[in-house]
Amino acid sequence: MTIRGKAYIAGAYEHPTRKAPDKSVAQLHAESAAGALADAGLTKDDVDGYFCAGDAPGMGPVNMLDYMNLRVRHMDSTDLGGCSYIAAVAHATEAIMAGKCNVALITLAGRPRSEGHSGTAARPGNPNIPDSPWETHFGPSTVNLYAMAAARHMYQYGTTSEQLAWIKVAASHHAQHNPHAMLRDVVTVEDVVNSPMVSDPLHRLDCCVVSDGGGALLVVKPEIAKALKRPLVKVLGGAEAMKGQMGGDVDLTYSGAVWTGPAAFAEAGVMPSDIQYASIYDSFTITVLMQLEDLGFCEKGKGGAFVADGNLISGVGKLPFNTDGGGLCNNHPANRGGITKVIEAVRQLRGEAHPKVQVPNCGLALAHGTGGLLGSRHASATLILERE
Amino acid sequence: MSERKITAPSSNPESEPFYAAAKEGRFLIRTCTGCGKSHWYPRTLCPFCFGATEWTEASGNATIYSFSPMRRAGFTIAYVTLAEGPTMMTNLVDCDMDSLAIGQPVKLAFKPAEDGTPVPCFTPA
Ligand SMILES: [Zn+2]
Repeated sequence: MTIRGKAYIAGAYEHPTRKAPDKSVAQLHAESAAGALADAGLTKDDVDGYFCAGDAPGMGPVNMLDYMNLRVRHMDSTDLGGCSYIAAVAHATEAIMAGKCNVALITLAGRPRSEGHSGTAARPGNPNIPDSPWETHFGPSTVNLYAMAAARHMYQYGTTSEQLAWIKVAASHHAQHNPHAMLRDVVTVEDVVNSPMVSDPLHRLDCCVVSDGGGALLVVKPEIAKALKRPLVKVLGGAEAMKGQMGGDVDLTYSGAVWTGPAAFAEAGVMPSDIQYASIYDSFTITVLMQLEDLGFCEKGKGGAFVADGNLISGVGKLPFNTDGGGLCNNHPANRGGITKVIEAVRQLRGEAHPKVQVPNCGLALAHGTGGLLGSRHASATLILERE
Repeated sequence: MSERKITAPSSNPESEPFYAAAKEGRFLIRTCTGCGKSHWYPRTLCPFCFGATEWTEASGNATIYSFSPMRRAGFTIAYVTLAEGPTMMTNLVDCDMDSLAIGQPVKLAFKPAEDGTPVPCFTPA
């Protein structure tokens, strides 16, 4: 039994705010939910399943469902960091298959920009997190734990800062067309490698933005999707995995995508070369490069050559990626970019991306994310979607 | 550039004996009594076979697996691979940040955290 074709994404909404000092986190969740319902042509009374993750305040479903006053019969608050919302689409499909719900709402929202949370601050220690007594005092910040992966990839495969910079360049080419994007200026490879070093070898422009915002998705059973007026975006395959330090057998040169990619492609019955558009989690440039290799878009270690020379720019290269500008230029709400990855894939499959970045006749798309920390322990989630 | 102060490590029953030994200058890792493998970070159940593990003293010899200098913050985060096998997160200390290299031999250098607890850092051998 697989999830192939067992549900559709009928609603997708990205909150337009990038800075929301005047809104509450719960409000951003609810406004995103309302946006997705309006997009789908459904009402709040249609929702009978709810999916959220660690950004949802309090006890997640308990507090958020009370705030939105929704009565559901299925709840899931699996927290896989920033890729939670990609995995949630597969989990929602599984719940729909099992008859546990018909209309599943997924929300994300947060205000790290207004609240002053970024990826360069060290995390506080917590003795009950098993790795904390061994690591927290060494001061690893989010960016450090991606920088060490980048340094090792460079050492092992000869990847260069200039090649990583191409990922940001491609994102900026897309962001120029997105009126909501935080960074709309097109940048060059030189701009990236000459920007201030944050955590060697990652520069400021190798890092994603810190933004407020939110997003929501509606995953529905096939009969409901077909009765709505929106283009049909079908779930074809999904997979999730976790990769950590493996008892000390640390290998920072690959991510959990080595497991989720083959599993999701097998379930979907397609190959990496079939994918017309890819949303690839871009917390940092190195995140993109490693995931592209691990998903099988190029040979391991050849990601640098693959991303160079505009190969990720829509209309220019072979694999258009993150056509909304991604986390690197557009939006990284709640420091968790998974939901925006699915939303832009849905736009592409519906033909509703910006005309300057729309992939012609986009029929098959992938969304992939890394949640947590690439250089210590992280979750990976892959989703493959098809326009029917 | 002053070096960053190392915050006091948090502690739980599995980590307390390590820091007690560190106060006596001994660097302990845990090794499985079943499969014989050493691992990091230390656990009561072997992460490879779920067998029982015991404290064993490590040599303190290692090589740099990866690192990232934080020049403005004044510290270098790193992973080093111990001679006994496991790779662990640490800070590289008492060194020129710009002359470090992956593969370079390093050796253990306990450094006091803010509360005086010795934490296992490494310095060029
Ligand atoms: Zn064992």
